[in-house]
Amino acid sequence: MSRQSRVRIGRALNFFGPFIGLLLVIGLFALIPEVQGRFLRAANFKSVATQSVIVALGALGMTLIIISGGIDLSAASNIALASVITAYAINAGAAPPLALLFGVLTGGVVGLANGGLVTRLRLVPFIVTMGMMGIARGAAKWIAGNQKIDAPMTWVNELMAKSPEPPWLLVAPGIWIVILFAVALAVLLKYTVFGRHIFAVGSNEATARLCGIRTDRVKVLVYMISGLFCGLSGVMEFSRLTVGDPTVAVGLELDIIAAVVIGGGSLNGGEGSILGTMVGVLIMSFLRNGCTMMGWPNYIQEIIIGAIIIIAVALDRLRHKGE
Amino acid sequence: MNDAGAAIPVLRMAGVSKSFGATRALDDVSFELLRGDVHALIGENGAGKSTMMKILSGAIAPDAGRMEIEGRPYAPAGPGDGLRCGVSMIYQELTLAPHLTVEENIMLGREVHAAGWLDRKAMRERVRDVLALVRHPEISPDVPVGPLSVGAKQLVEIARALLNKSRILVMDEPTSSLSQEDSQRLFEIIRGLKDQGVSVVYISHFLEEVQRVAGSYTVLRDGRSVGSGAMAGTSLDELIQLMVGQKFTQLFPRVEHAVGEPVLAMNGLKGRRMAAPVSLSLAKGEILGIAGLVGSGRTEMLRALFGLDEVEGGTIVVSGADLAGRRPWTRIRRGLGLLSEDRQGEGLALALSIADNMTLSDLAPYRRRGLLSLAGQRRAVGDLIGRLKIKAKGPGQKAGDLSGGNQQKVALARLLHQKASVLLLDEPTRGIDVVSKSQIYEWIGGLARDGKAVLFVSSYLPELLGICDRIAVFHRGALVESRPRSEWDASGLMAAATVGRASRERSPEQRNAE
Repeated sequence: MSRQSRVRIGRALNFFGPFIGLLLVIGLFALIPEVQGRFLRAANFKSVATQSVIVALGALGMTLIIISGGIDLSAASNIALASVITAYAINAGAAPPLALLFGVLTGGVVGLANGGLVTRLRLVPFIVTMGMMGIARGAAKWIAGNQKIDAPMTWVNELMAKSPEPPWLLVAPGIWIVILFAVALAVLLKYTVFGRHIFAVGSNEATARLCGIRTDRVKVLVYMISGLFCGLSGVMEFSRLTVGDPTVAVGLELDIIAAVVIGGGSLNGGEGSILGTMVGVLIMSFLRNGCTMMGWPNYIQEIIIGAIIIIAVALDRLRHKGE
Repeated sequence: MNDAGAAIPVLRMAGVSKSFGATRALDDVSFELLRGDVHALIGENGAGKSTMMKILSGAIAPDAGRMEIEGRPYAPAGPGDGLRCGVSMIYQELTLAPHLTVEENIMLGREVHAAGWLDRKAMRERVRDVLALVRHPEISPDVPVGPLSVGAKQLVEIARALLNKSRILVMDEPTSSLSQEDSQRLFEIIRGLKDQGVSVVYISHFLEEVQRVAGSYTVLRDGRSVGSGAMAGTSLDELIQLMVGQKFTQLFPRVEHAVGEPVLAMNGLKGRRMAAPVSLSLAKGEILGIAGLVGSGRTEMLRALFGLDEVEGGTIVVSGADLAGRRPWTRIRRGLGLLSEDRQGEGLALALSIADNMTLSDLAPYRRRGLLSLAGQRRAVGDLIGRLKIKAKGPGQKAGDLSGGNQQKVALARLLHQKASVLLLDEPTRGIDVVSKSQIYEWIGGLARDGKAVLFVSSYLPELLGICDRIAVFHRGALVESRPRSEWDASGLMAAATVGRASRERSPEQRNAE
């Protein structure tokens, strides 16, 4: 096989790999007689998609960070903080759009802090965001007085409703929001200078600097955008729970990172795609859904998802060996 | 220089000096580059070429001196400034983003866009134009750069510089990783650029190639400009003489030693990263020098010899046993010891203490019922520190806090500590001060006197001539020739390393000496 055709096959695998994984997962459960009746129903798919919204929004931003060669461990804490802020604002009498904006901006501020610390102090993203994970979680508990914040029902709670109003939306507004932003980010990555610079910084930061790219600015923006998506994800979390819960989403950052990695993102930077990430999110959601239907306990799900992550990364290694 | 208009200097550097710590990398260097000329910058490793080019590109600032481009003062604050003034560098180490495509790499930092939206059509046109100049079968705009061959990558870099519409193009060893065919293509590109009035500073060790492509030359030695002029009418020998100079040996304390029976024999050894199999042998009490340019395959041979790279063929017989399939661990126990050329990256664990670094390869003597005897370790290390005259606060000091010369001595002390009988030393004196150098030479001589065998890789010819019993030369991955030290002189070594064949003639100097 010539080098070029090998490269071409590698790229094709890169693109289709996650889809094949998704089809395998769906196919697997569809073949099990005990669950196939319930599993293969539109209503179930709809519920899986709705359950995916929170991770999906976090994973959109995380994809940018991972392509740029960074990582954000504070994503889940940031989501909890944003959900608390949203509930707090509504409780304090803010109009729902304003409360929503507060939630999103809270996430943005945390992201900006991450980016600022990474670039100004030249600290490793892993450490900065690990610290921020504690800070954001603590702040959420503090603001919420270490308990859940109840808030009156508003249209914000409709965002995650499985049967949406108006009915022509077909699925929860949250799902449409994910689709909208996924398309927007995919376009950003492919068709804008900024998107290309994100790849360049992740692929070889020294080169990017040599070519006159303001690498620090790229990184700060990437962390801030990711923070905004965590904020939006926090609003969705509030919408789903109808309360602001500072203890929600513990450990969710790992699901988010796993989705990006399963979708072809490389923790060394320079690689990753929005489409792949979205498929990665769905693979994990369908696995959870199927396992629950099978009546398998939580720990089995954890073992399976852990194994899937290792398999996905191992396949990635194999694919790159040829290059 | 093809016409009268060519005689205008595009670039003038005057009295440029630069020191790094105590080392004077450039000393009052002046340099003039004419429009449409290809000017070769030659000199041994460490002569100051890279420093000069870094100053020109704006990557570092000179301590003294001034620069002018087309009569206007030029004082770049960074590589960005250099680019804007029309100075493009093509670096020896590749600077491409492996995940991006050829087009994305070429346009990186110079994307054509409207309000942030990429104008792919416009970029494609510009990329096609420069790629048409480069013409390489592997290169097309949408191929990712990562899997391309090294030569193709180099051409992508050149394409990137071409796009910049540079007035001055600096090429640092552009052909060191190119095939014969790709080199020819590069020379054609250079000729084309010349005709368009672009000036090229061409740095290369391959002197024949330099003679072919350059119109004029400047030779640097020890940070000074020791000669420059038109290439036409200058012979290879004259260039080599300028590069080597007349500096010789008081730096090299000669320790009397006798060569004994063979201890190491490589037969057709072929490592994973070696271009060609190598056969060489080494005897007890012998210092075998390995000369050659950087990248000529010397380090690759040492790595295969020590087991860091997989051995694909041939044998490595040490004291009667073939070690070709063995891991480094076994080879260490059989008496091999390697000093890495990359002291900071590979040779030492900089965050660990001197004691830990010295004893890392052989901690067995300090084991007491599964625990380490720290006192014993310190005693042994204290002794080594004294013997090698290492300037340190004590065995507990971090290796990273020491000066380069003392770090190197720590790395060497490890080989002593593990009682290596065959020492593979890769550039043991690179980047260290003269006093430490001289101490290391003496120490190597002492090893030979004690009956140890030393393989001594160096790019610095005087030291090879100063301390070795025999010298072998590598050129582009293959062993050219191995001869006793008395049959070599500096010009002969330089010729073999740069041209790839050893002349049978002996220099006038040598004939006179007889």
